[in-house]
Amino acid sequence: MPGGECRPAVIFGVSVLADNNNNGSPDTSTALPIHISSLTKKYGDLYALDSVDLEIRSGEFLTLLGPSGSGKTTLLMAIAGFNRPDSGSIRFGDQEVILTPPHKRNVGMVFQSYALFPHMSVAGNIGFPLKLRGVNAAEIEERVTEALETVQLAGLGERGIDQLSGGQRQRVALARAFVFGPRILLMDEPLSALDKKLRERMQIELKILHRKLGVTTVYVTHDQREALTMSDRIAVINHGRLAQVDTPEVIYNHPANAFVADFIGESTMLPLDLDAAGNLTYKGSKVGKTPSGDGAGGWSLVVRPEHLSIMAGKKPGTDQTIAFEGTVIETVFQGETAFSIIAIDDETELQVRFATGSKAKSSYPQSGEQVTLGLARDDVILIPEEDPQ
Amino acid sequence: MSWWSSPASDTQVTHGDRFWLYVVASVIMLLLVLPTFIVIPMSFSDSQYLEFPPENWSSRWYEVYFGSTKWMRATATSVQVGIITMLVATPLGTMAAYALFVSGHRATRALFLFLITPMIVPVILIAIGVFYAYGRAGLNNTITGLVLAHTAMAIPLVMIVITASLRSYDLNQERVARSLGATRVKAFFLITLPQIRFSVITAALLSFLTSFDEVIIAIFVSGGVNATLTKHMFSALRDFIDPTIAAISTIMVLVSTVLLLMTQFIGAREK
Repeated sequence: MPGGECRPAVIFGVSVLADNNNNGSPDTSTALPIHISSLTKKYGDLYALDSVDLEIRSGEFLTLLGPSGSGKTTLLMAIAGFNRPDSGSIRFGDQEVILTPPHKRNVGMVFQSYALFPHMSVAGNIGFPLKLRGVNAAEIEERVTEALETVQLAGLGERGIDQLSGGQRQRVALARAFVFGPRILLMDEPLSALDKKLRERMQIELKILHRKLGVTTVYVTHDQREALTMSDRIAVINHGRLAQVDTPEVIYNHPANAFVADFIGESTMLPLDLDAAGNLTYKGSKVGKTPSGDGAGGWSLVVRPEHLSIMAGKKPGTDQTIAFEGTVIETVFQGETAFSIIAIDDETELQVRFATGSKAKSSYPQSGEQVTLGLARDDVILIPEEDPQ
Repeated sequence: MSWWSSPASDTQVTHGDRFWLYVVASVIMLLLVLPTFIVIPMSFSDSQYLEFPPENWSSRWYEVYFGSTKWMRATATSVQVGIITMLVATPLGTMAAYALFVSGHRATRALFLFLITPMIVPVILIAIGVFYAYGRAGLNNTITGLVLAHTAMAIPLVMIVITASLRSYDLNQERVARSLGATRVKAFFLITLPQIRFSVITAALLSFLTSFDEVIIAIFVSGGVNATLTKHMFSALRDFIDPTIAAISTIMVLVSTVLLLMTQFIGAREK
């Protein structure tokens, strides 16, 4: 693929290995925070957005993550100005923008379909927002050249859109969205049309570009791995409400509710019992104390496949681990990892994921084998059974 | 016999199997165009009457046509009405098609059907209705009246052509343009219109033809100095059969064919 899709050390014109100016400390002087409060949008009887409150910090990369129909795109379009919420407020910095039309919001936007203008050259596309702002021709040329260099398309300005590969189109759409120096950048599933390898590479490049530009970025995706890879913070959204807003690590390791636990990563939820002493138990074995402050309702244990270790035979639990005895149903090899499905009773199956390393396949758990799964007590994740949503 | 037994498509069906289909299709096409083309030799006849095939060849009827003030004035009227109709119907139809396409409103389907009714209702009914309405409004025998009626007839065609081309257009382009700082109007003129321009030109040519070829409404509402070419031809046929009609028909066939071919070429360029 022309245009340099594969250069290891220098990406988007930024040296990954040695860049003292931008690494770690984003330039936030040009970015704006977004304050969203009580934002509601109804389509018929359906709440696409149900009283959403969200503070997007200046210069951060925030991902709106949710299944299709969750309201994530509606929220993005409301920020861009393409739909008008029924009530609530959106402020860019101190400025209320809810009644501001899109062309006055000064927001860069990248669509899933790229939406490049096929009747213009690459340079024409990137120069379009500058032309609208009455920038003179010489400066347009200079800034377009600079933007092309930033997205590693130097020298391709005169190309037609139909002469570009998918990855190059993506970069042109990106350059067009930031060339006029917007203080907010919005992206609506911009990578979903690319194949897996290129997508994963672009995720890293986008992250680096974000750090370089320092612009407040709101990114929409339904791909949880993409969200975990790229975001400073993730806002998990479901049925028009925010289920949890936090950093990828917290979202993954401390999901606030069943929806987040289920949507992010793989997990099995085991309902727990409460014994007389106030301990949560699973089939009689103690799991832990009820998390303070909320004694009402039941609790569930979230078990992630990579938190389980597998041992042959029957082993009791210890102070450090909780044990689940079961029978191996199937083991699946997936390259760098493999996973086994283990039935711990007639209704409940747990998955355990382990690194394959150089192990011979014969050493994997075999179907029908009796095993014990160990869950370290440090890895216990408890969530309230009733989804507060 | 290699052509005969070679496959006609990505199937096992050969050209031989399909031969009967080719014959039927050819006969139908001939039946469609022959009545039109028969006027061409007739127009070059030397005879006082319409005859086929002509005994002697001559271009005298073309001289009669181009030499007649009456025919020339009627031609001028037709061209004038055609051009104004085109200039009114194309923007109106494009605006309507765009609005109905962009709007997500429930009523758009009903509105679309309403706006294309002139295509569905028998033209004679429209002509009678327009005639009585114009009688009260004083628009009979005027260019304005003719243009209004022809515009109503042309708008459905414009809407269908423009809607078809908008279907293959990514409206996100306009959204992007607006996010980049363009007003809706600018986004339309800078981004959307350049990409559907060939369809707009096609629609304009079809609007012109709709008006230029139209006879039924013209018979009712045009007359006197503002009678169209088609109206004059119809009157001439009723009073006396004269090869001038064949000569004019030939010219009209030529104009229509050229315009239609242009729309085809333009349509192919947009693909």
